Amino acid sequence: MEMKDLFYAMPLLIVGGGILLILLIDMFFKGGKKIIPALTFFILLGTAYYSLFTINQLPIGLMPVSEFGLFYGMLSFGGKAHLFYFLFNFGSAIAVLIANDYLKKIETEYSEYYILLLSSVLGMMLIAGSRNLVMIFIGLEQMSISFYALAGYRRKNILSNEAALKYFLLGSFATGFLIYGMAFIFGTAQSMMLIDIFSQTSVLVKNPLFMIGILLFLIGFTFKIAAVPFHMWAPDVYEGSPTSVTALMATVGKAAAFSAILLIFVSVAKMGPNSVFSSMFSVVAVLSMLYGSIAAIAQKDIKRMLAYSSIAHAGYMTIGLAAVNPSGIAGIIFYLVAYTFMNLGAFGIIALLESKEGKFLSIEDYKGLGTRQPFLAASLAIIMFALSGIPPFAGFFGKYYIFLAAIQSGDTWLALVGVLSSVISVYFYLRVVVYMYFSKSDDESAILEISQTGLLAVIASLVLVIAFGLAPGSLIRLISGLI
Amino acid sequence: MEVILFAVFASIAVVSSVLVVTRRNPVIAALCLILNFGSLAGMYLLLSAQFIAVVQIIVYAGAIMVLFLFVLMLLRPDMERSFFRHDPLFKWAAIIVSVFTFLLLVYAIILTTFNAPILANHAKTIEIGTVEAIGKELFSNFLLPFEAIGFVLLSATVGAMLLSKKKLD
Repeated sequence: MEMKDLFYAMPLLIVGGGILLILLIDMFFKGGKKIIPALTFFILLGTAYYSLFTINQLPIGLMPVSEFGLFYGMLSFGGKAHLFYFLFNFGSAIAVLIANDYLKKIETEYSEYYILLLSSVLGMMLIAGSRNLVMIFIGLEQMSISFYALAGYRRKNILSNEAALKYFLLGSFATGFLIYGMAFIFGTAQSMMLIDIFSQTSVLVKNPLFMIGILLFLIGFTFKIAAVPFHMWAPDVYEGSPTSVTALMATVGKAAAFSAILLIFVSVAKMGPNSVFSSMFSVVAVLSMLYGSIAAIAQKDIKRMLAYSSIAHAGYMTIGLAAVNPSGIAGIIFYLVAYTFMNLGAFGIIALLESKEGKFLSIEDYKGLGTRQPFLAASLAIIMFALSGIPPFAGFFGKYYIFLAAIQSGDTWLALVGVLSSVISVYFYLRVVVYMYFSKSDDESAILEISQTGLLAVIASLVLVIAFGLAPGSLIRLISGLI
Repeated sequence: MEVILFAVFASIAVVSSVLVVTRRNPVIAALCLILNFGSLAGMYLLLSAQFIAVVQIIVYAGAIMVLFLFVLMLLRPDMERSFFRHDPLFKWAAIIVSVFTFLLLVYAIILTTFNAPILANHAKTIEIGTVEAIGKELFSNFLLPFEAIGFVLLSATVGAMLLSKKKLD
């Protein structure tokens, strides 16, 4: 550990320092509250830019450290970790834009929101960059605790309270699974370092306790990505949380959980494509895709519908895990990027339209939106097309790369189930579009003014969804180069 | 000196554990349990296991006892008492479990050879548990987790404030 190690950990330092700075501003400068959202936004944007800038090239004068890792091997630098840092920070920056006016609208504006948002991002970054089981656990707890509190942010709203309590109880239970699994892994591998665990995997596979450990670890994170059979919390939590918080945890929160699975995945990959975990992932993928797509059809609340759709999306990404090959991992990361911006756009539009009393949460309310709010309706339509996987939007290429990986590893049937489930999902995505353009609204009045920052968030995610759809090659090449 | 200290700690432990069982008021029983934990921590110190002694105080006497008292507060102990008095099944189950545990402990004590030779790496084993060794590990190998835990506690504090403070501004 030397002083220069600190420069490598710059993204963590910026966000960590930002948390303390905002805490101090909130305490000592009564007039400083107005700049807190802007400050949070620029901290996140700056970290995102720095992480993207240092994916391949190191800061000047510093030696590459990818071989041994930072902080006594606890933290990795560059590559995949920085790609995830970028995703978390940029996604959260958009979520700050969504939150800024949404919090004013629901008349609960506390600066704790931004502190907890930054804490959750710090936790995600600790997960994605970790090279040690302890760090994965601490990062996960940091992220989850912030999310539990954020889910109950609307303290007077009974649904929000329900969401916080449900998320907290079930989340703690899942953490129990995770830590139990880590104890088994540590007991058999005699080390917390991922690198030591990976080097022994071929021997440890014969030890049933190690396999139980990996299984429990994966169960813990299957809960966090909300895949069947550990999905029960998702619809209630997504529905009850404030929309800006749902936007955060449905997107970057899920990406963080996937980054942790990808960390331990090297061990699974060494067991070969026909291992027990590959079959487990196949089952989880099929169940999640079909359950999510079919259950979403019956939903009347748009946030609930998107929650079920996110279960289905977790299923698609799990196909990439079941494929157990590098292109599967590249496909997952591409899908995560696409999924993050699609859902940020969708929740951003809901947050723009939603009123304090909860109008525009029911899908029925979107009737005739095409004439009342042409731009938002068109944006929502594009995002619904993208979510259902219609080209030329980002969602299509996400599914394409994942299905391609499944076919390459001989799991053609998984790709077929995926296509089938996509076809089912077109029904409920396009229902929203049909309501917006081909139905007449009951009341033509009562559209509130649209906030500027929220609109910026929608435009940013829309541009990215279209850009990654039109030119997916550059992103997938960048990702493939990092694996 | 060691023998005297051991006798003091051991007698406190035995007396307090008997009190835990015999006291009718669960709050007093819980407080006796804290005394028991404290004397156990003293015995760990006598065995030069400093870390375990500190953890015993922090985790058991601190965190877990607070949880106990919290549950007692929520459960209304007076109702609990009548519940146990009216159900003889509980009494029998408790007797069976404690007799079984007692026999198990007696069996373990008989099996132990008290004149066992001191192991070759005995000194090394002791060294792992000292405050010095733990501190060195904490500030070298586990520096980052140590710092990160600080942020976890900070966000938990902020979250608790957000959810429970009466008036936020």
